[in-house]
Amino acid sequence: MAKVKGAVVVDIEKCKGCGICIDDCPTDTLAFERAVNGKGYHYAYMKAPELCIGCSNCAISCPDTVITVYRVKPERKKTS
Amino acid sequence: MDVKEIIAKGDLVYEKTKVLTDKEMHYCPGCTHGTVHKAIAEVIEEMGIQEKTIGISPVGCSVFAYEYLHIDWQQAAHGRAPALATATKRLMPEKYVFTYQGDGDIASIGCAEAIHACNRGENILMIFINNGIYGMTGGQMAPTTLDGMKTATSPTGRTVEQNGYTLDLTKMIAPLPGVCYVARHSADTAAATRKLKRALKKGFENSMKNKGTSFVEVISTCNSGWKMSPVAANEWMRENMFPVFPLGTIKDE
Repeated sequence: MAKVKGAVVVDIEKCKGCGICIDDCPTDTLAFERAVNGKGYHYAYMKAPELCIGCSNCAISCPDTVITVYRVKPERKKTS
Repeated sequence: MDVKEIIAKGDLVYEKTKVLTDKEMHYCPGCTHGTVHKAIAEVIEEMGIQEKTIGISPVGCSVFAYEYLHIDWQQAAHGRAPALATATKRLMPEKYVFTYQGDGDIASIGCAEAIHACNRGENILMIFINNGIYGMTGGQMAPTTLDGMKTATSPTGRTVEQNGYTLDLTKMIAPLPGVCYVARHSADTAAATRKLKRALKKGFENSMKNKGTSFVEVISTCNSGWKMSPVAANEWMRENMFPVFPLGTIKDE
């Protein structure tokens, strides 16, 4: 079975760097970025994009709803 | 397949609901209020009741809840949200009315209003955010503060001799005949938030069925008040608050 591929987009300027998404990610895809955003927070980013399965756990648990999630289904990947 | 390709070709699985405004929340990083606001907004969107919902915001950190959800709001004085919700629901029975209150608001200042609204069986949904302290004013002791918990006004820890027992308002309210649904949830993980959304949906549905008051407690964190990081606060909550306030549905009629 082909693995489901996912990707998340973090609204960097709105992220407050609380790390709850990182704690809640089942595949350890997310991590704190070394750089900071305009507010001075280390925002979340995809450290290991290949691990993301697009489960949207991070987006649901994000208190500030700054995460958007995309996913590619395996059957679609086969046809491409 | 790289990230850009997935974003371009893939299906959008999750995005911010339109019921939430674009305004940045003033809450501290990792505050449970944000997650609960989102859960409420998503339930409202799923049920398609955005035009028919009126929220009553409390006094406390969530006083500005009306800035973050695109629905009609009223802001009540300290603890008086259930009284205002009673009036709103009685004048406009076709609306979905809910109150959103913290533990200082509902369990201390507004304890009488909360209990009497529940006892009268008003057809409203009451959402109770319990983080064990007064968050906005600087982490003072609340009725829901755990035994032995250190706060700004109990620096050596709360004691039963001096401060009495931890108030379990939800358990207190559950036996009242006017109440049809009582549940306790948390919003620390995605799974917990999904369960919370189901409870909120049930509460909104009950308020239209004239069954009585629905009461949903959300065990939350106040990482600034507890002086912890957001992730550590969630862990502390799971370890210390869940045994005192066990999660689950307490009453469902």
